[in-house]
Amino acid sequence: MPILRTLLASALILAIGGAVLTAATDGFHAFTSETARRLDVQRDPPPVPTVALETQSGTLINLTSLRGRWVVVDFIYTRCLTWCLALGGEFAQLQDQLAGPLADGKLVLLSISFDPAHDTPLQLGAYQQRFGGHADGWIAARPTRDADLRQLLRTFGVTVVPDTMGGYVHNAAIQIVDPQGRLVQIVDAGNPQAVAQIMRQHLAR
Amino acid sequence: MTARGQRPLPALAALLFVAMLLPPARQWLEGSMTLQMLVQIPLLVGVGYLLAPAIPQRIDAYLARWNHGGITSVVLASLVGLFWMLPRSLDAAVTEPWMAIAKFVSLPLLLGLPLGLGWPRMGFVVRGVFLLELIATFFRLGWLYLVSPVRLCNNFLLDDQQRSGEYMLVIGGLIFVGVAAKLLWGRFDQS
Repeated sequence: MPILRTLLASALILAIGGAVLTAATDGFHAFTSETARRLDVQRDPPPVPTVALETQSGTLINLTSLRGRWVVVDFIYTRCLTWCLALGGEFAQLQDQLAGPLADGKLVLLSISFDPAHDTPLQLGAYQQRFGGHADGWIAARPTRDADLRQLLRTFGVTVVPDTMGGYVHNAAIQIVDPQGRLVQIVDAGNPQAVAQIMRQHLAR
Repeated sequence: MTARGQRPLPALAALLFVAMLLPPARQWLEGSMTLQMLVQIPLLVGVGYLLAPAIPQRIDAYLARWNHGGITSVVLASLVGLFWMLPRSLDAAVTEPWMAIAKFVSLPLLLGLPLGLGWPRMGFVVRGVFLLELIATFFRLGWLYLVSPVRLCNNFLLDDQQRSGEYMLVIGGLIFVGVAAKLLWGRFDQS
């Protein structure tokens, strides 16, 4: 009898454990939190928060005031020597590839700094110029309050950790916000052609 | 050994558990992937394992009726172990309070304790399968963490991840040597 009971108990535990593991991995699709955040926004696009941002020209805008346009968002800090360099170059390339819709005001590129203490409007402008970018259709901005920054990182699912050299490491990616102000898609950074292609498809729809 | 003689171990385990709950200890052990995976989690499992002698004889005997040969223990421990091997769980355990609670509860009570209760009931074959699977898991995960070019956890750095991978290969190797030594020179109960 103990053998039967053991079989029963093991089968029950296996069933419960299997269900928990299925739920914990979104049906064995997401084993990392990065995949999970991408699946999450596709399934249930979160609205971007209502926060004020100070741009490279020193003007204050609200993130929700960009509604009506598609917004391509990345998170940066201007002292960065690794990923944000790639991201900056990528945005400069996107400016060329998507020049049409950017000029028509159907689309805007937005770099948000998560190091607002250091990234003054001056630094943000210099960051854009470093990549041969220009201000047309590309906003580089910093949040004005700590609470706003935390809310932005939380909504966009961006995790920033200090590295060992006084800088930061973060899950760099390209976030796409639709004209209704919802975060609808997150794609890998490092491939501006693919991002431009995705945006053309969105805009054509 | 009498039941009273075994009490120091559970008391030590309880003390260790409380110490690990202290904010400075958590901050330190959760500050790096290597420390969380290879120190904090194993210690929490150890806490549960050492608590086993504190379980009253009556309850232990009752549970044993559902745990022939320690099989149920192995199934439960493996599933809970699998859950805490997901990079996603390690990430969430650092940022989400409810996942931190789940970690501190499930690792001692659903992994360590079942192993502590089930281990004496396991025969040669069950122990062998469990240990070999443990070694293989360390090698598989270690290799994955060592060669992955992307960060598997958003909260930890890539060099930390690779260091975890190296240590996992070393730990897997050490357990393997231990098992091999036991097979070659160890003494086995006739059961």
